[in-house]
Amino acid sequence: MVVARRIVLGFLLAFAAGGAWATERFITVASTTSTEQSGLFGHILPIFEKETGIKVRIVALGTGQALDLARRGDADVVFVHAKAAEEKFLASGDGVKRFPVMYNDFVLIGPKSDPARVGGGNDITEALKKIRAAQAPFVSRGDKSGTHLAELALWKASGIDIEKAKAPWYRDTGQGMGAALNTANSMGAYVLSDRGTWLAFRNRGDLTILVEGDKRLINQYGVMLVNPQRHPSVKKDLGQAFIDWLVSPAGQKAIADYKINGEQLFFPNAGQPGA
Amino acid sequence: MRAPTSLLPLRLEGLVFDAGGRRIIRGISITLKRGPRTVVLGPNGAGKSVLLRLCHGLLTPSAGAVTWNAPELPGAPRRQAMVFQRPVLLRRSALGNVRYALKVGGIAAREQEDRAYDALCKVGLEGHADRPARVMSGGEQQRLALARVWALQPEILFLDEPTASLDPGSTHEIEKVILALHEAGTKIVMVTHNLGQARRLADEILFLHQGRLLERQPADRFLKQPASAEAARFLEGELPW
Amino acid sequence: MSTVGEAVAQALALVATRDPKLVSIVLLSLRVSLAAIVFGAMIGLPLGAWVAVTDFPGRRAVIVILNALMGLPSVVVGLVVYLLLSRAGPLGSFGILFTPAAMVIAQTILIAPMLAALTQQVIGDGWSEYREQLCSLGETRLGAATTLLWDLKYSLVTILLAGFGRAASEVGAVMIVGGNIDGVTRVMTTTIALETSKGDLPLALALGLVLLSIVLAVNAGAYLVKETAQHRYG
Repeated sequence: MVVARRIVLGFLLAFAAGGAWATERFITVASTTSTEQSGLFGHILPIFEKETGIKVRIVALGTGQALDLARRGDADVVFVHAKAAEEKFLASGDGVKRFPVMYNDFVLIGPKSDPARVGGGNDITEALKKIRAAQAPFVSRGDKSGTHLAELALWKASGIDIEKAKAPWYRDTGQGMGAALNTANSMGAYVLSDRGTWLAFRNRGDLTILVEGDKRLINQYGVMLVNPQRHPSVKKDLGQAFIDWLVSPAGQKAIADYKINGEQLFFPNAGQPGA
Repeated sequence: MRAPTSLLPLRLEGLVFDAGGRRIIRGISITLKRGPRTVVLGPNGAGKSVLLRLCHGLLTPSAGAVTWNAPELPGAPRRQAMVFQRPVLLRRSALGNVRYALKVGGIAAREQEDRAYDALCKVGLEGHADRPARVMSGGEQQRLALARVWALQPEILFLDEPTASLDPGSTHEIEKVILALHEAGTKIVMVTHNLGQARRLADEILFLHQGRLLERQPADRFLKQPASAEAARFLEGELPW
Repeated sequence: MSTVGEAVAQALALVATRDPKLVSIVLLSLRVSLAAIVFGAMIGLPLGAWVAVTDFPGRRAVIVILNALMGLPSVVVGLVVYLLLSRAGPLGSFGILFTPAAMVIAQTILIAPMLAALTQQVIGDGWSEYREQLCSLGETRLGAATTLLWDLKYSLVTILLAGFGRAASEVGAVMIVGGNIDGVTRVMTTTIALETSKGDLPLALALGLVLLSIVLAVNAGAYLVKETAQHRYG
């Protein structure tokens, strides 16, 4: 009886701890929920793994959380889309170097009924001003994610101090992109979304793309290796291998090949200066 | 295997017990010797059950002392036992319950089986050895409790109204076992409300009233001619039972 | 309610085709929660029994605290365990973060107080019934606790089921310490959360139905065991 119990115990311990003692080569990459939910990783990671034998474990969080995770040394590589925050990350010595990888764009989503009459335009600041004037419901992610930071920058560019102008029409939900879209759907509200999440999103209801194509809606992605001098546990060789692959012709092609319903989501621009 | 020094006589000196702001035992002093079957009588609230528990160590006196002739050594099997009004049995077979008592007493596993079975035979439950104890009738359960006692062969057995919830037939069975235990050398100290039972079983009677020991007499003398007025009224049935 | 209809259809399809991804997610969920029950019981059952039969200063405070800890929000537990297991934290060098082991640890911490509190209750009730008799037989506190745990084992089964239910259904702790990594730490509840936030509500509901069925099956099995045994031993 006692022996049997001990065997079960040992088995369970080994079973449960399986992941920690794995002998496989893997890296932990902190990225964003919108990137994961777009399905990009499901497409490009198997290609990388086949070529190098390195498994990539994606922990998907909001941009702010992803960078915080990396600052604590819990990730080897950071792959987000908030240039200002990424440069702060480098400045504080937590990252080694930033490589631009690709961009996608944001789109303004809203109900077909379009109460603020923004549909069909391609000037995002005009659209935001109209929404504010009409006090039409607008859902914000409010979670310091790359998308949220981009949204705040656009309000600023429209000359609106959103902190002051906040009123019942502006809903700060603190959720991920998919959840925010769900909320916008049920409220008939406007929301700024990245194209990738939108294309993969199923619960559209009455929502549709109303504004797109504005240069200011470009969403640039960058990848960084977490500084191994500050965090000795970082797998710097494997991590660098991943970064090198992402910016290589093979990686860039894999990114460009990812399509939803025949539409390309992400546009590789690794060599682009100033990206 | 009796220890060389007997537990008895048991001396109570100036025993006092308070609970819930009330004094339940008000200074009882008495010596209980081997031999006679002692029955404790008294009206409700006299403190009979409490007195038993003080002797057995289930309660600690507020003042006064309970002194055994020899101390019980920790780790050795207990040489005193108690049977309660409602038998408390484990969710095991009859045999298992008796074996449990032996196990607690430190008896080796091999010996447990034989002694337990013997004890069941002594109370006539050998045919029920593998039955779950808790589905047995009240009378059978109380007999099982006594079998448990038999297996332990204690020097003294306290009984707190052991047949109060049983029918006359079962009561008779239980009384037979108690007498057999006494024959085998166990001192009996029993609380009962049943005057007939007292008549049948008692050698001496202790009469308690409001926490005091009013009388201690040989049984037939007490029952025919009690010394105190309270005892007389009690026997007439005028004091609340 | 076409979403529900779609969900039921999808649930049946998922189970019928034994979608390999689903199977691995279900197995991982079971591994993690069952391991948590085992470790949680190893801590909670003896602790609860000990508190039930022993008198010590501050006993009542301990009971109140255990009962209160039953309401620990899973996300708080997840956060605390994350801070402990993070590389920047005290136990970071073990490298357990973002593995099933971390999830087991978090769930164990979540349910151990619950198991202890409920065990304390059940054993405490048993103690009031058995106390005098066990003391009369000369049983020690430790012996009494062990005897009561064994005697009341069928009530303890119900307690373990409650713990399993809590562990299998929580998402806050495993999300934070596991990271919901595809193929490594993705369990049923985090998958449901993910699919919901992707807007695939029928799939999320379908997975929810599968999860419910599993918990139901576990409960039904345990109930049968308990009933047959109770019949035999009263």
